[in-house]
Amino acid sequence: MTTLLEMREITKVFPGVKALDRVSLTVEAGEIHAICGENGAGKSTLMKVLSGVYPHGSFDGEITYDGAALRSRTIRDSEDKGIIIIHQELALIPLLSIAENLFMGNEVASRGVISWPMAFNKTAELLRRVGLNEPPGAVVGKLGVGKQQLIEIAKALSKNVKLLILDEPTAALQEADADRLLGLMLDLKAQGVTQIMISHKLNEIARVADRITVIRDGTSVSTLTRAEISEDRIIRDMVGRDMAHRYPERSLNPGDMLFEVEGWSCWHPEQAGRQMIKGVSLNVRKGEIVGIAGLMGTGRTELAMSIFGQSYGKRHQGQVRMSGQPVDVSTVTKAIGAGISYVTEDRKALGLILEEPILKNISLANLAGVARRSVLDKRREAQVAEGYRRQLSIRTPGVQQKVVNLSGGNQQKVVLSKWLFTDPQLLILDEPTRGIDVGAKFEIYTIMKDLAEQGRGVLMISSEMPELLGMCDRIYVMNEGRIVGELSRAEASQERIMGLILKGEGKVA
Amino acid sequence: MDTEAKGIRAHLGGHLRENGMMMALVAIVVLFSILVSAQGKPMFLQAPNITNIFLQNGHVIILALGMLLIIVAGHIDLSVGSVAAFTGAVAAWLTVDLKLPVYAVIPLTLAVGGLIGAAQGYWVAYWRIPSFIVTLAGMLVFRGATLWLLGGQNIGPFPKAFQAMSSGFIPDPTGLMKPHGLTLIIAALAIGVVIWIGLRARQRDMEFGITPEPTGLFWGRSLIIAAAMAFVGWQLASFRGLPNVLVVLAVLIVLYAFFTENTVQGRRIYAVGGNEKAAKLSGIRTERLVFFCFVNMGMLAALAGMMVTARLNSATPKAGTGFELDAIAAVFIGGAAMAGGSGKIIGVVIGALIMGVMNMGMSILGVGIDYQQMIKGLVLLAAVVFDVYNKSK
Repeated sequence: MTTLLEMREITKVFPGVKALDRVSLTVEAGEIHAICGENGAGKSTLMKVLSGVYPHGSFDGEITYDGAALRSRTIRDSEDKGIIIIHQELALIPLLSIAENLFMGNEVASRGVISWPMAFNKTAELLRRVGLNEPPGAVVGKLGVGKQQLIEIAKALSKNVKLLILDEPTAALQEADADRLLGLMLDLKAQGVTQIMISHKLNEIARVADRITVIRDGTSVSTLTRAEISEDRIIRDMVGRDMAHRYPERSLNPGDMLFEVEGWSCWHPEQAGRQMIKGVSLNVRKGEIVGIAGLMGTGRTELAMSIFGQSYGKRHQGQVRMSGQPVDVSTVTKAIGAGISYVTEDRKALGLILEEPILKNISLANLAGVARRSVLDKRREAQVAEGYRRQLSIRTPGVQQKVVNLSGGNQQKVVLSKWLFTDPQLLILDEPTRGIDVGAKFEIYTIMKDLAEQGRGVLMISSEMPELLGMCDRIYVMNEGRIVGELSRAEASQERIMGLILKGEGKVA
Repeated sequence: MDTEAKGIRAHLGGHLRENGMMMALVAIVVLFSILVSAQGKPMFLQAPNITNIFLQNGHVIILALGMLLIIVAGHIDLSVGSVAAFTGAVAAWLTVDLKLPVYAVIPLTLAVGGLIGAAQGYWVAYWRIPSFIVTLAGMLVFRGATLWLLGGQNIGPFPKAFQAMSSGFIPDPTGLMKPHGLTLIIAALAIGVVIWIGLRARQRDMEFGITPEPTGLFWGRSLIIAAAMAFVGWQLASFRGLPNVLVVLAVLIVLYAFFTENTVQGRRIYAVGGNEKAAKLSGIRTERLVFFCFVNMGMLAALAGMMVTARLNSATPKAGTGFELDAIAAVFIGGAAMAGGSGKIIGVVIGALIMGVMNMGMSILGVGIDYQQMIKGLVLLAAVVFDVYNKSK
């Protein structure tokens, strides 16, 4: 075998963060090479370096491709050499036909006039190669995600792909579609197309991959051959690190039952028949911090938002109880009234009004609390905001400051203040420390600890396992819309959580 | 002294938009005063002209109040001109054909306007049809409905009581008449209230730990405003007193300014326009608020329609043409953002006054309608460019 690609000591620095630290990767011609790692480990960054999203010169290290140095300035440079990436979010235009999508930017044309008969013929041939039985004129948006994935691959083939990069290709696919895709990957390998696949799913890796590279915290940990691939080894390599942060000391003394969800289900808002949450039951006691672990896209946010005023999904089923009493959570107002708050994972899009000052953001979910008979008491509003500024030490010159000017950690404190002002019994925190620096993380953890000590319940969704292990009394593990396990603080370890996630529905503790 | 000057500059920088609008209005008035006297014509700021600015632009200010709420909520209403024409025709039909008294016609017409707003708001709020489309349809539908109701003809004239809505003046119980006693009293009270509100806001700022406007600047500005109000009050009093239109406008402006800045529902409209998803996740029923904004707009369009009909003393099929554009222009000149979530009532009023003063000034100067349109268009563009430039700095 010859080496097609060699990336040596790639280092990529973003302001304040070292995303990649001397990562090396060697891919042999004609193999399927899997890349494994936790969310945020640097897999996608590495692939963006390779595909020219980050131009040559914006990172350190050498890339040798097909026997020559690769110095891509744009994505187009990489594509011209046959390196094509298919992103997790598909880049097709839903309202155009398959043929139009396939030759987008690469039209079958002479002197600017498109030859549709020729384009359709070529499309039909490419669709045959990927095994998709649809007419070239079919509108892409009407096809399922699985078929759209095949169209992306056909598009890559139309560009004479030599090295195909697939970023979590089966994440959004149903079982049968995923199976078909893996079969196609093996076909393409037989036709000589080298492939890099980013995946978390061990059974898929075991089925198609020749070798696997594990990346952790921006460094490459190991490269294993097919013979060496074992679940335990991969899991250990993926998570084996020291606790990166410290956590406030907590004494565990959970009180009475506070929040119970039983048999909660809901369906996708647009795709009829796609069940997103499948009979989830869980509970949180007073003074308890409970975690929900799982990879992105496993339904954790959907679960939280569907419980919080049915803000996600359709056809909700199941029961929610607060302190033993069934409560109606069918609207956000009712959920807030029942003592539930949800702090979103996407604070800029869903949590804050960026162009408004801090004090207006803090009062937003409880304007009645700063009003008398519907007339705002601005003095009280400012006092409330000032109080939270001190209590959560929001670093700002004043509460009149627009939140868009604050750092991520301080923005998160504003969102937390907004919800604390509704005086919730239960706070659902979705990725509460995403995108904020280490110091601010510790402050957020301390706030969580204080909330628990006040007798409130905290339900924390997180993709960062160390923080779940560091903060939680109990951890639920979620996968594909189900709770697949529950671990006590004593039982929980990164290996066990990752094991439950990767083995899917196998073990229910 | 040096720090005071620095403070003034810093404050002006931070509040460039609000103060800039006010200064632009003053500058335009001064400019026209000079140009008009240079042509040897009678003084620009004389009583009949001042009265006319409000009589001729009252409907624009009224429409712009409703339009601000719509634009703040992130929408647009292109139908207000047609709706004003249609409701004007309805008022004419009720008054002239059915011989209903004024006190019945006004609420009935407002209700028709509210229903029209509800019909449009329903599609925008609950079906999420873009407001541009819905109100473009409404613009055509109600223009056609006006023609249908009027049978292509004018309806009029109206009884005195109806006409008084737009051309009447308040009575003078003091018996002074020249100058108009009640007008002077109201002007004096208004000046007092404006200064009192300013002082209270300053005090509150200091309590909140916000650096207040520098003292010199505050008193300077207050003095200019008080002088302007005293001047307008005196001019009006020496002419025929306060026009009814101005009383209606003043009440509405105060009401809407209070609603947008000091009530829970008003605040929520800004939240919907600022970030609808975040507002929704904070328990705000965004659909209902958008629906309300359109109902409100329909009622204000009906009020504007009646005022214009009363002023012309007849309902005509062509009434209200282009009103929507005047109202939208006033809102954007007044500093609202196209994307929603920002804009103030006082800015909108100043925006409408700038347009009104320019209309009148250019007419007195004898500038042709062709140039007038071009100049107004460029002023709108300049105001928004000024805004965008300020934000990008």
